[in-house]
Amino acid sequence: MAELDTSSGGGKKGKKVRSKKANTKVDLTAMVDLAFLLITFFMLTTSLSKPIAMDIAKPDKDDKSTEKNELRASETMTILLGKNNKVAWYMGEAGKSTPNVESFSDIRKSILDNKKKVAEKTGGRQIIMVIKPTSGATYKNFVDIMDELAITKITTAPAIDDENITDAEKDFMKGAGIL
Amino acid sequence: MPRAKVQRKSTAIDMTAMCDVSFLLLTFFILTATARQPDPLDVTIPSSTYKLKVPDLDMGILSIGKGKVFYEIVGKDIKMSTLDKMGEKYSIKFTPEERERFGVIGAFGVPVQNLKQFIMMSGDERTKSGIATGIPADSTNNQLAEWILQSRTSVAELHATSMRVSIKGDAQEEYPAVKKIVDILQKQKINKFSLITSAEGDAK
Repeated sequence: MAELDTSSGGGKKGKKVRSKKANTKVDLTAMVDLAFLLITFFMLTTSLSKPIAMDIAKPDKDDKSTEKNELRASETMTILLGKNNKVAWYMGEAGKSTPNVESFSDIRKSILDNKKKVAEKTGGRQIIMVIKPTSGATYKNFVDIMDELAITKITTAPAIDDENITDAEKDFMKGAGIL
Repeated sequence: MPRAKVQRKSTAIDMTAMCDVSFLLLTFFILTATARQPDPLDVTIPSSTYKLKVPDLDMGILSIGKGKVFYEIVGKDIKMSTLDKMGEKYSIKFTPEERERFGVIGAFGVPVQNLKQFIMMSGDERTKSGIATGIPADSTNNQLAEWILQSRTSVAELHATSMRVSIKGDAQEEYPAVKKIVDILQKQKINKFSLITSAEGDAK
């Protein structure tokens, strides 16, 4: 073909100019790499993108039965969800102890502390949790606190009470600026 | 004595077969990946460490965000049957074509009076036109309660199970807005429901 023969001139005139055979083998390594990368991506995303369900049970409102169990106040921890991602919690009866105002990052420690205290005092009984979301709380706060309970392995069903927020609780939260 | 020559083998491997297999797998995964329905209501769901997967069947999903409520019924047959029941209730006649189109709609958030118009729109128009104002859920005109009730009856009739209700709330939504919806559910004696969250790494 139209190749320039740059070798030292002269000499072999009779040499045939051969057309070079192009190598048909392509290096597939990069292609395989890419394909496997994509496979991995699709495999991971198909199973992970599924949303997660958090099961919530609320007390029956129309339950008129008189067999309501009083909660043992000393083993009860009430968490009030306020605005600005703050919570207030107290042990025992409302109004008798001053609630502590905390942020969501600290509440886990408090829950664990109280859980341990209750277990020690009562010989291994589970703490009872009452969650009271107020009007200042966001939906995220509510999900977060339910998640905290799951993380701290509180197995007794938490009471979600958004109806009976006492005046004492409201006053306290207003005072603390989280309602 | 002649030395035995060790033959040099080429290190290049023929990758053709490997390439074939990997692309086959790739095609399979792309095709089986379910195309996600675009959400008409933009909600950022909060994350949690729960591990329970949302079931695919017999579900009603309530999306709450920006004070609006959207409802999504899972399953074409359930959707169509619910539409029939709603049409009866509000005396609106839906044509077979409208039923068919409604069967493939994802989440919707229009008053039932505008539903006909909404169904006949293209997907793009539905979000753009501003017709999706949310399903009315106040005490005088509680269409949401009706939707939930009718879809529950449909699930009970067609699949003989009870419908699960899930709530997909925007993270920044205020709690009273969510409570309002939960109260509607509780009025229908749905005391157990799921909150949809996204997965989060294990917190230790």
